[in-house]
Formats: sequence, structure tokens, C-alpha cells
Amino acid sequence: MRNPWRCFAVVASAALVLAACSGNESSSGSTVQEVRIGVLDPTSGVNATTGLDSQRGALLAAEIVNGKHPDISLPLAKDAGLPNLGGAKIKMIPADTKGDPTFGGSEAQRLITDEKVVAETGAYQSAVTTTASAAAERLKVPFVNGDSSSVSLTQRGLNYFFRTGPHDLTFGESFFSMLKDKPNGHEVKKIVILHTDDAFGVNGAKVTVQLAENNGVTVLKNLAYSVKATNLDSQVQQVRATNPDALFVLSFVKDSVLLAETFKKFDYLPPAVLGYGAGFSDPAFVDGTDHAANAAGFVRRTSWSPDIAAQNPTAKKISEMFQQKYGEPMTENSARSFTATMTLITAINNAGSTDPAKIRAALQNIDIPGRDTIMPWDGVKFDENHQNSGARGVLEQFLGGEWHVIYPKDVATKQVVWPIQDAR
Amino acid sequence: MTDIFQSVLSGLLLGGVFALAAVGLTLVFGVMNVVNFAAGEFVMLGMYVGFFSWSLFGLDPLLAIPIATIVLAVVGVLVYQGIIGPVLGKNPLSQVIVTFGLLVFLRGLAQFLWTPNDRSVQNTIAGGLRFELFGIVVGGPQFVAAVGALLCTAAVAWFVNRTEVGRGLQAAGEDPAGASLMGINPDRMYALSWLLAGGTSGVAGALLINQFTVSPVAGATFGLIAFVAVALGGFGSVGGAALAGLLIGVVYGVVGLYASAYATAAALAIYLVVVVARPQGLRGNR
Repeated sequence: MRNPWRCFAVVASAALVLAACSGNESSSGSTVQEVRIGVLDPTSGVNATTGLDSQRGALLAAEIVNGKHPDISLPLAKDAGLPNLGGAKIKMIPADTKGDPTFGGSEAQRLITDEKVVAETGAYQSAVTTTASAAAERLKVPFVNGDSSSVSLTQRGLNYFFRTGPHDLTFGESFFSMLKDKPNGHEVKKIVILHTDDAFGVNGAKVTVQLAENNGVTVLKNLAYSVKATNLDSQVQQVRATNPDALFVLSFVKDSVLLAETFKKFDYLPPAVLGYGAGFSDPAFVDGTDHAANAAGFVRRTSWSPDIAAQNPTAKKISEMFQQKYGEPMTENSARSFTATMTLITAINNAGSTDPAKIRAALQNIDIPGRDTIMPWDGVKFDENHQNSGARGVLEQFLGGEWHVIYPKDVATKQVVWPIQDAR
Repeated sequence: MTDIFQSVLSGLLLGGVFALAAVGLTLVFGVMNVVNFAAGEFVMLGMYVGFFSWSLFGLDPLLAIPIATIVLAVVGVLVYQGIIGPVLGKNPLSQVIVTFGLLVFLRGLAQFLWTPNDRSVQNTIAGGLRFELFGIVVGGPQFVAAVGALLCTAAVAWFVNRTEVGRGLQAAGEDPAGASLMGINPDRMYALSWLLAGGTSGVAGALLINQFTVSPVAGATFGLIAFVAVALGGFGSVGGAALAGLLIGVVYGVVGLYASAYATAAALAIYLVVVVARPQGLRGNR
């Protein structure tokens, strides 16, 4: 019986010594060499394209902070590293969520416990961001999200979760305020909502129903379909039978392509197709002549686009760097994760520390003006729910083979075409 | 009323493809008692062959069917020789792990080689077709896929049930020792079942690329439905799988018309009913 006890005593004292050592390490915070940040994205699975795109946005942000870029007028771009941490460099640790909420949660936890990240960003799908940020909350590590749009994310009362990007309510409000302006003299009184049956689709539909009620618009039908649907004939038949003034869509890219093809097959189109993103934001949605023709006149909400970049020299520069480095154009998703990561890094620098509690406090007090971002926003400043109050969405329409901003009018580059048939 | 007919027809067209996806799976199970979890991934590879024939050589996916068939038939045989053969007759769990591992490997390989992007073909022969009769519409890609799938399924069923080699295949499945006494080489028959499974997946893939985008996970949906169709139709029965595929398609279409959110659930619910009421499946005999 004595041996096991001795063994235990040796292990326990070794653990104590180790703990003391690591304690020493973290207390010498002023000489931090490297700040580790976790990046969670679905880089394999159905949304891998979008996930990689998002991840690249975050990586590019870190690279710009780490290098010397006097030509870029963003905070922290000019000098190498974080000035308030003695020029410490950012080290991004990517992790794959596989688009699965369970994986997302466990990866978020692993990054903190094993990889010792001091903050996290990601994770694109709202359902995954929900579990990943809950894991970060448990371990008291800040989580800054830029690219998930479910309203509920910032209504959970989490202390360590922040969102820089607009949510579906903001996006929905953009749609309804455009409808209120009677696009091209057309009044919209009845709508149909078509959405996926996951967190993104269901919550987005809920928000749309609420906004419709507030604006005196009737929802004729609220149609859910499986994320794995291989056929949308029945759904399109139902839309056709109810004949709405506009159709709201919450879909991913595969089903967006399918939807556009099914409309073509039935030779039917509602006067307007208004997409909440995801699928409509993916370049594959309008890739090639067939797809582009099927998508003509569709409207999407976005928080960034090349059209926006053309109006902001810094955004233009960043999107050129992105294209050069990754061989693909920057998209709304990479721009959103870029901005979330920039915000997080700025907060770490403001905190002058890698202590998660201090980073959280710095996030709460952050105030980045719109001109210091690549977004068409008023800036980054968090409200009491930790939602960025400066974020806003714009609406774009696919006209002549390209997406053009049509709303709000101060950034619009084209007039809205309504009904959709006029765009074909 | 038109809507109902439309839904039934759309469902039948979709079901034809489900049927073809299930054929390879049911063959391999019927002959070898091996569940191929990577069945959907074979279809995904077939879709990529169709896609690359189009993008690299400008070949219409319909003309790429023979290429996809041959490539996937070879893949099927290689898979059998390389990884299935060694675990045959061993612990059933190791067979499950091998085919599941193949699923993970093929998805990973596809993403590594061809990126995770969704890709699709354009300006195809099938894409230009569209039929309309009494307000009921049939899209070219759906029509071509369903007709092609049913022809291919019928051909396989004929081969398995009506030819000498096909009967040898069944014999090897029922009693390998007895079959070898009759001069049938079970190993060759096993390889043949994988060849057919691969070939039909190739046909399915080349037909499907006409109407769906392909990505490394494109096989997931078809794999799942194929499993349901095989269990519903009766393990090992080609005709049963075909019938089950059509049934799932119709339920999917008709339920979608009235309760869109429950279309997939309803398709899986018939499966549940059959498992309880008739565990051997619609056409199974064990």
C-alpha cells in the first residue's frame, strides 16, 4: 500500500512545481512575445469554401498587424506587432469546426486549454458560434464574432461574447425600409418566406415575420425545408400558388442554385427575390453563364462588397492584398471576419495585456470610427448586449452579371430594378 | 390537382436517382454482407468525373457516362482488392471501420485535390430540355437523370437475375463454399459486385452532375437516402431498392407540397413503419 501513495505524492508535487512554473510565465505579461488567437471556421464539410474564405480574412488581419504597412490607413497597420505589448506578434491558431455545433464547442475548448489562446474569433454558422462561444464563456475567454447573423447570439447575456457584424434584424430592417420606399412604385403587401430548417433559417424567418408584422405586411406562408434538400419543386409550387409580392429566402449555396434552377424550370418568378445571405453571398451562386442568367435580378443583403470597396480606398487596398495572397476575391464573409479580428487585436493592444478579463474590458470600451474599418459602417462600438451598434447592412441586386448596391441610397451605385422580370 | 400530379412526377424523377444510388450498396451487401459506408462518396467521385470531362475536355455529362462508369468500376475493383479483401471473413466491425474510413479518406482526398468549392456544369444538352404538358413541367436534367437511372437499374437487375454470371454472383452471396464446389470463384464474384457497384455509382454521378453542384460532401445526401432505400427495399434486392427509391421520392415530393418542413422526416418515417411492420423490407426475403 505504501508504494502507490509515494507515487501519488511524487506526481502531485511534480504537478505543483509545474503549475508554479507556468504561473511564473504568465505573470511576466509585459514581455509577451506572441499573442495567440484561435480562429474557428468550417474548413471541411458543406460550407468549407465559405469557411476557408472567412478564415483567410482573419489571417490577413493578423498578417497586416504583424508586418509594417505604412500605406494602409488602419490602426496597428503601420508598425510591426502590438505597440502596447512591446511589439508582440499575433499568432493565429486555426481550427476546423466541420460546421458541426458539437465539434465547434469542443474545438473552442481545446484551443483555450491546449493551445493557450487568449481570445477566439469565428465560427460562421450561427449554430456553431452558439456552442463555441458558450465554451469560451465557461473558460472566461473573449470571443469576437463577425460573420454569424442570428439575432439570438447577442441576446444570451454572455459576458465574453461580442459581435461586430450586423445581425438578421439589422439586415431585415434594411429590406423592409427599402420596401417602405415602394421600389419603382411597387407596393409590397404580402410576402412568402422560404428558409432552411437550421438555426440560421429558423431564427431569420422569425425575425422576418416580426418585421413584417411591424410594417403591416402579411406573411402568406412561412416555408421551411431541410438543409439537405435535393429538390425544391414542392416549395416553388407553393410559392407560385400563393403569388406573393416578394419572396424572402434564407438558404445556403447549394439550395440557392437549386432554387434559381427550379424557378427557371417552372418558368415562374415572384416580383422580387430577397436573399438573406449565406447562399446568395457565395461566388458559386452566380458562377458561369447559366447560373448568372438564373440569378438575374435577385437581391441580397450584405455588409461588404467590391462595390463598397470601390468607395473606400483602404478597403480597396485590403481586397487587392487578399486577391494577391489567396488568388480569390475578398467577399462579405472574409471582410466580416477581417473586421472582427482587427477589432479583437485592437482591444488586446488597448488592454496592453493578454489577460482575458482585461481584453474583455477593452472590448467593452472600444470605439473604432467607421473610417478606420473596411466596412460601410458607422464604426465599431458595442451596446449593452455586446452587439456592435455601428454595423449596418446594404442591399445589392444582381444586374448585368454583377452585384450592385441599390440601397441605402447614399451608397447605392444603381437604381433598383423591380419587378425582377425587368432585369432579364 | 395539377400540383399533386406535379409533385408525384417530380418525386418519381427524384426517386429514380435515389434508386440508382442504392443499387451498388444493395449489391455489395447482398453478395458479401459488407455495408459500404462510402457508397455516397463513389457517387461523388462519379460527379467529379462528369464535371472534369466537361470542364477539361468540353464533353457533355451525358457523353461522359461511359468514362465515369469505367473509372468508378476500376475504383470499385481497386477498393475491393486493396482494402475489402483483407478484412473479408474477419470481425464485421473491422469491415465497418474500413468502409467508414474510406468515406472519410475520399472526402478528404477530394477536398485536398479539388478544393471544397461547389462546382457545376453549364450549357449542357440536358439543361436545354424542358417539357410541359397540361401545366405539368419536367426539367431536362431531372428527366434525363431519372430515365438513365431506371435504365441502368433495370440493366443491373436483368444481369443479376437473368444471366449465368449474375446467378453465379447470387450463388456466391448465398453460399460461397457451395458455389466454389460448383466451379464458381467467389473471389471473382466479389470483385464483380464491387465492379458493378462502382460502375453504377459512375453512371449515377454523371447523371446527377446535370442537376446538382458537386463538392467533396456531395455524396452525403445520396449516401443517406441510399441506406434508407436499401433497408426499405430489403437488403440485397435490386428491385426492392428501386421500388423504395421511387417511394421515398414520391413521399418527399407530396409531403413537401403540404408540410415543407417535414418532407425528409416523412420519407424516413415510412422507413420506420416498414422496419416495424415488415423488417425484411419490401422485397427482402430474410
